[in-house]
Amino acid sequence: MTDLLRVRDLKRHYEVHIPEGLFGRKASLKAVDGVSFAIEAGKTLGLVGESGCGKSTTAKLVLGLIPATSGTVEFAGTPVTAKHDAHWRALRRRMQMIYQDPLGALDRRLPVVTQIGEPFEIHNPEMSAAERTERASGLMDAVGLRPDQAMRYPHELSGGQRQRVVIARALALEPDLLVCDEPVSALDVSIQAQVLNLLDDLRERTGFAALFISHDLKVVRQMSDRVAVMYLGRIVEAGLPEDVFLRPQHPYTKALVSAIPTPARRGKRERIVLEGDPPSPVDVPSGCAFHTRCPIAQSSCRNEVPQLVSSGGHAVACHLVNDGAAAVVQAAE
Amino acid sequence: MRRPGLFHCNGESAMKTLLSVKDLKIDFDQGKRFVRALHGVNLDVAKGEVLGVVGESGCGKSITWLAALGLLGSRARISGSVQLNGDEIAGIDENALSRLRGGRIAMIFQDPSSSLNPVHRIGRQINEALKLHRGLTGAAANAEAARLLDRVGIANATRRLREYPHEMSGGMNQRIMIAMALAGEPELLIADEPTTALDATIQAQILDLLTELRRDTGMALVLISHDLGVVADMSDRVAVMYGGRVIEQADTGTLFENPAHPYTKGLIAALPDIDGPRRRLESIPGTVPAPDRLPPGCSFAPRCAIASGECDVAMPDFLPFGNGDNHFAACVKCRQEEAPVEAAPAAKVKRVLVPA
Amino acid sequence: MVQYLLMKIFRALVTVTLIVSAAFVVLRLSGDPAIIILGPEAPPEAFEAFRRNWGLDQPIWVQYLKYFAAVFQGDLGVSMRDGRTALEVVSERIPLTLAITLPALLLKLCIGLPAGVTAALYRNSWVDRLIMMLSVAGFTVPSFVLGLVLAMVFAVWLGWLPSGGSDTWAHAVLPTVTMGLVGAAVIARFTRSAMLEVLGQPYIRTASAKGLLWRDVVRNHALPNAAIPTLTIIGFLVGSLVAGAVVVESVFSWPGVGRLLVNAVANRDLAVVQVILLLVGLTMVGANLAVDILYGIVDPRLRIKRLKAGS
Repeated sequence: MTDLLRVRDLKRHYEVHIPEGLFGRKASLKAVDGVSFAIEAGKTLGLVGESGCGKSTTAKLVLGLIPATSGTVEFAGTPVTAKHDAHWRALRRRMQMIYQDPLGALDRRLPVVTQIGEPFEIHNPEMSAAERTERASGLMDAVGLRPDQAMRYPHELSGGQRQRVVIARALALEPDLLVCDEPVSALDVSIQAQVLNLLDDLRERTGFAALFISHDLKVVRQMSDRVAVMYLGRIVEAGLPEDVFLRPQHPYTKALVSAIPTPARRGKRERIVLEGDPPSPVDVPSGCAFHTRCPIAQSSCRNEVPQLVSSGGHAVACHLVNDGAAAVVQAAE
Repeated sequence: MRRPGLFHCNGESAMKTLLSVKDLKIDFDQGKRFVRALHGVNLDVAKGEVLGVVGESGCGKSITWLAALGLLGSRARISGSVQLNGDEIAGIDENALSRLRGGRIAMIFQDPSSSLNPVHRIGRQINEALKLHRGLTGAAANAEAARLLDRVGIANATRRLREYPHEMSGGMNQRIMIAMALAGEPELLIADEPTTALDATIQAQILDLLTELRRDTGMALVLISHDLGVVADMSDRVAVMYGGRVIEQADTGTLFENPAHPYTKGLIAALPDIDGPRRRLESIPGTVPAPDRLPPGCSFAPRCAIASGECDVAMPDFLPFGNGDNHFAACVKCRQEEAPVEAAPAAKVKRVLVPA
Repeated sequence: MVQYLLMKIFRALVTVTLIVSAAFVVLRLSGDPAIIILGPEAPPEAFEAFRRNWGLDQPIWVQYLKYFAAVFQGDLGVSMRDGRTALEVVSERIPLTLAITLPALLLKLCIGLPAGVTAALYRNSWVDRLIMMLSVAGFTVPSFVLGLVLAMVFAVWLGWLPSGGSDTWAHAVLPTVTMGLVGAAVIARFTRSAMLEVLGQPYIRTASAKGLLWRDVVRNHALPNAAIPTLTIIGFLVGSLVAGAVVVESVFSWPGVGRLLVNAVANRDLAVVQVILLLVGLTMVGANLAVDILYGIVDPRLRIKRLKAGS
């Protein structure tokens, strides 16, 4: 299967000024620091991590909304840059995004049916207004909104309904890739389930690929074919959800997974509690970014950045795991 | 450490009950009329136990406790009884109530970074509580404040006393809030969504801290959350709220293994798993009704897969369910079909369900 | 911090220069002082002599450069009307203006601040509505209208107070009260907003939950936070102490700096106008600078910016 989206060694650094002492100092905020992954057509990659790990920045880089400091993004073979030219605009038809805050993503002054039809106005100007409304109504139906809600304004709808409007609008042009940045985080559990099921149904029907970003591991597990865990701008572990979440290898993933409270695991597991707060992306520790909080860190972890090494589809960026594995292989030979 | 089933709700162990909320009703003044937000809530907290209160937005889980402490402001009309160790505290005068707050009952809130005064140093904010409830001032207060910060796991406590909230992360601010709450040596700590605004690994730290503190001080904890997982993990008993009422209550294990109320079942089924096979999530159709537009009878009936005519007549009574003597549910139909019910396919549902 | 201050001071000076320059150009282009001072019937030689005397026969940019050169040497010009130095003419008026603007400032603060805080604490009650109604009335009514109305009521109808001049302290009452009321209305409104914003913050609820009595919550937690944005407006008021009384002084014939400015402009008494503008510019800019510095002292979020790293 050819990759629809390919990201290679993507980096995004911000030059910032930190007020310290009399004059402050310059520093580099490494929001994304060397991320590589690929998404096949029709598949979903889940990106998890805590705040400051760079997952939202990655989403913006993938769509070409912000320029990369280095690295490449390739969509269907063509490079994606942040230059807002005709090529970029043409890509907008095929790549869409949905966000965490649907109220912020919608215009307060337009009725929802108009907003759902807006992509047609932009990309298919030859379409008549009547046809636009018809297509928009069809989309509303597909996302489970009632026809009488067409002329409502966003603030008159509930959170879940608004998110459906955003999804309908994003899918209007039948994109090949949908980037979802925390789409259900602001919703109650029961509404969350509705929206996730909706996304699932739509995906089956239209076959779009997706980059699904969330801090909630359970939701990511539910929606993804493959997952990647980010920490301070780098991917530390990637693979199938069963591998990464049930048999985590990276110490950070282990801590993250053990931190999730779920009803099903009451009292049955040992919780790994990390010490202290995560370092800021301005002061990324040397070598492995996680070594300052890692319970099993060694001296090599401080000096060398671990590479993402894959074995059997499960990739981990940890010296102890990879060197350990190498040692086992050597011993076996 | 959890001791499921040790504390009972019936009269025999009444002296073990620390806080008892009976028939609490809250009406909010909306200018032209009053809107009822809480419809007669009954909840007990026993000494040293953890009561989890779970529900989605608008169910009333927060205002119940804000009302108990008199923190709702003048717009709220409260009726009902709240008893602390047998003494009535609902409607007592403001001076007496404010002595209780932070003293015998402390409360921590959701957004720790905004819940601390930005222009006061940390030390001053903790000392304020120490002076109020333990009469400590000056060096004695500072020493105790440092000890409290240390107790909640903040390194360099003495230095931190001189710092401001914005200089520290969300996780540290929540620890400071907890330290401030402990200053008055409370018998009960009410935690309203204490970890919702925090990252997962920080959440784990805070929950562990709360468990440790409970063990050491023996204080009771009311943990309010929309996150079923958090509540399941920490609580001895759980109360589920919907539409301003408690609709189910049981020991934690019992609730998750054998939920009675269709809403509880729906909530559990709507939660994605991290283990086990991947299954389609079962969603509860429709949305929570607005407080001024509640249906007659059971407020969950319009969204319920097993509802029928009798559900619209009156709000179901909160009656015992099942075999355990600690399990109660406000549902008429659930006793008629005690076998677990799968979510009914759309065709079986009698009402027009409104998608959210 | 030092760099920040130097930058601010530099910008302040630039602002003042621009103000004076603008006035300089406008005044000279808008009317011939010679004609106004000497009268239209004077012979042309008199005009010539006048212009030569005051350097008005030279091109504008020469006059401009000469003026600034003189300023740096401390020479701020001479009043065309009067013959004395402009600085002297202006300085003798300053105490008179301060005699009404300072009490007015006190009045504004003493009425406005408590009114705003009270309105916020009793939000949506009749107290709040009353205060806000008065406040809106206060700042929509132009000060000269209010002044004239007050004069009519208290000076003409009731005869309690004089309506013009500056002979006794009684003459100062009406101008002071006029300015005070208008200013108080603005402050009340502003303080109410600042206070409401603060009262809605989560840390107020925390303070109550700690067990503090409401009055202590307001005094120790709400007021200090609400004071910070209020500083801005107080700074503005302080900055306008010198020249904020132009209208009121004219209405009540109070011989202060404001009235002098009006007369000097009418007479094209260039040096005097420029001195007054310089003064106004400096006080305003100075007050703003003081507010900026105060903010840095009073709000720890501005004073201490450390990265939110872990322990």
